[in-house]
Amino acid sequence: MWRDALLVAGKDIRIELRSRVALWQVLPFAVLVLVLFGFALGPGPRALRVAAPGLYWLAVLFSTVLATQRSMAIESGEGTRDGLRLSGIDPAGVFLGKAAAVAIQLVAVQVLLGAGIVVLFDVHVQTWWLALVASVLATVGLSAAGVLYGALSAGLRVRETLLPLLVLPIVAPVLISGSRAWSAAVSGAVASGASWLKILGPFAAVYLAVGVALYGPLQEVA
Amino acid sequence: MDLAVHLRSAVALAGRFPALSGVDLDVGLGEVVAVLGPNGAGKTSLLRTCAGLLPVTSGEAAVLGCDLRADRTQVRRRVGLLGHDAALYDELTALENVRFSVRAAGIGTERVGAALDRLGLVGRLRRTPVMRMSAGQRRRTALAVLVARAPQIWLLDEPHAGLDADARALVGSLVADAAASGAAVVLTSHEPALSVPLADRVVVMRGGRIGETREGGRGAGGEADRFLVAVGEGDVGVA
Amino acid sequence: MSARMRSVTRWIGAAAAVSTALTVWLGLWVTPPAEVQGTLARLLYLHPPIAWVALYCAFGVAALSSVLYLWHRTRSLFWDRLGASAVEVGVVFTALTLVTGSLWGRPTWGVWWTWTARLTSTALLLVLFLGYLALRRVPADPEVRARRCAVAALVAFVDVPIVTFSVDWWQTLHQRGTVLNPGLTLKVHGLMAWTMGLGFLAMTLVFVWMLLVRYRVEVLADRIGDGELEVSLSERWAEGSMPVIGDGAGAAGAGATAGVTALGTALDATLRQPAGGGR
Repeated sequence: MWRDALLVAGKDIRIELRSRVALWQVLPFAVLVLVLFGFALGPGPRALRVAAPGLYWLAVLFSTVLATQRSMAIESGEGTRDGLRLSGIDPAGVFLGKAAAVAIQLVAVQVLLGAGIVVLFDVHVQTWWLALVASVLATVGLSAAGVLYGALSAGLRVRETLLPLLVLPIVAPVLISGSRAWSAAVSGAVASGASWLKILGPFAAVYLAVGVALYGPLQEVA
Repeated sequence: MDLAVHLRSAVALAGRFPALSGVDLDVGLGEVVAVLGPNGAGKTSLLRTCAGLLPVTSGEAAVLGCDLRADRTQVRRRVGLLGHDAALYDELTALENVRFSVRAAGIGTERVGAALDRLGLVGRLRRTPVMRMSAGQRRRTALAVLVARAPQIWLLDEPHAGLDADARALVGSLVADAAASGAAVVLTSHEPALSVPLADRVVVMRGGRIGETREGGRGAGGEADRFLVAVGEGDVGVA
Repeated sequence: MSARMRSVTRWIGAAAAVSTALTVWLGLWVTPPAEVQGTLARLLYLHPPIAWVALYCAFGVAALSSVLYLWHRTRSLFWDRLGASAVEVGVVFTALTLVTGSLWGRPTWGVWWTWTARLTSTALLLVLFLGYLALRRVPADPEVRARRCAVAALVAFVDVPIVTFSVDWWQTLHQRGTVLNPGLTLKVHGLMAWTMGLGFLAMTLVFVWMLLVRYRVEVLADRIGDGELEVSLSERWAEGSMPVIGDGAGAAGAGATAGVTALGTALDATLRQPAGGGR
């Protein structure tokens, strides 16, 4: 399973590096979302600073939808879908591999967005480790839930519209906990911030487990 | 000795459509079977059923001794399917595509170079992303995947389509070599002139089942040319 | 569905109608107005039972059926249909829960909506299962659709405790004490308790009845599809023995069967040729 996951993740990342969809579409989109939030909230620096953690996580959520859609588009050809099923790769390995590839892209998105809220919204993070741990856990959870739902809507003609409807409510806990944890990291309230990790951690674990268990049946779309 | 393919009154569904409506077919290891028939006869579905992709809903169906009705995922890594739409990733090169498939099947990558050589994918062509290749070159890459994986059953859907004369000859020699090495080959074709000489047996499909079975031309030796002409004439309405 | 099942459904429907009517009568005319909230409290004979049906009965059935569908030993379209029916009824009841809650909240709190944990997580639940219904409406083969939907329902169900937990936490940390606790202001009188109990019974019966009816509709819809399968299988059979006109390569009027026979004859003829060393 792990060997298969590495193989699939390697392939997806290689394809991503070559097609540069993440670089030229997902990253600019994430920054665009931040800028648009800035317009919506007006130029007052206080409002922006207070809202920044929430906006950051909203932008990450939207980017997750894009990255997942892209990840599924790679396998959308009739031939490649069959190919993956015929390849002998463990479905759990496919799931973990694709989730890992999405997670790596989300890390890139978050580095950029983090720089974005520091520069654009004048946010100063006090407790770096808290923000980092929250981001890592959230990234795992988001990519697992994203890939699971991506596979669910793969091969449907309406997947572009269906996927956000399915994924966004599911990842609402990540939005809530991520934003709270980051707010705490900004204000330095470590104790209350750390408690949100207790939601992010189980969320990631649950969706990884569900994905590993259920990706097999999902792939069997005859 | 298990048969490579054993189908008895097999009905297989593509969605809700009975793509196979009761197929009887046995293919032994080392045997080459050509499947002819008009569009929509169920040729592709026959191959996809043998690959464990389509669910068999009634009748008997076993591939390499595995019952497809019980578990159709087991046979998958032991068969090689060349579909209409090649299972290739556009952004990856020929070399990367073949390597990925071989690694996925859990085989060492030693044979990859030889397989690409065999299909004439040498030099720069190996390092060209598949999306910049011609249709024929993509087809060659897809065949290279099969050669490198060396499955026990080769399922070739229109292997000659879109290939030049050289490559068609190459397909013939690949099929012959596969059969000689003990693999079973099932290939579909619109062009009897190309496929019948390769086959031990020719079956004609229509309406999701097999109508007629004849001996093929494999091993016909010196008479192959005359054979081709005769088949070419008889091919009215089948192509 | 058998005739017996249909009559059971009818009896349950009748019982649901009677108990609902009885709840309405008791709730609106017989019971006294509550001490603090007056007539407004009468909504509580209905609102908690509806919420009970939505959150526990409906989605419980849906989650259980999904598990049973996905587990290979119990895989059957029965579970798929049951689960889908339960979700559909559950969505209606969830929406009703929100509407009745909102109707009660407006005069009580002065707003239609507050961001309390209960409300927020219920609303999220509604959206989650609306997504499920959207997925179900996408045309697909029954087996494929069943598999997708079972996974979607299960994943949504797994999300429910996480959502509830995070929203709870979110609220206690940030909106401490802004909201009344509805249960406490109501002093439950004996008759009131009975009425509320009857409400639970009535709504559960309504749920079971709706579930059975909805299930039957699913079965009938699928039966249309099954009939089609039989028909298309026999058509497919006939295709194999019928001459089909208009195969491109054929001469005018030359059926494909003729072509196939011609091929056979040609093959025979060739193979019968005295082939030196050949077969």
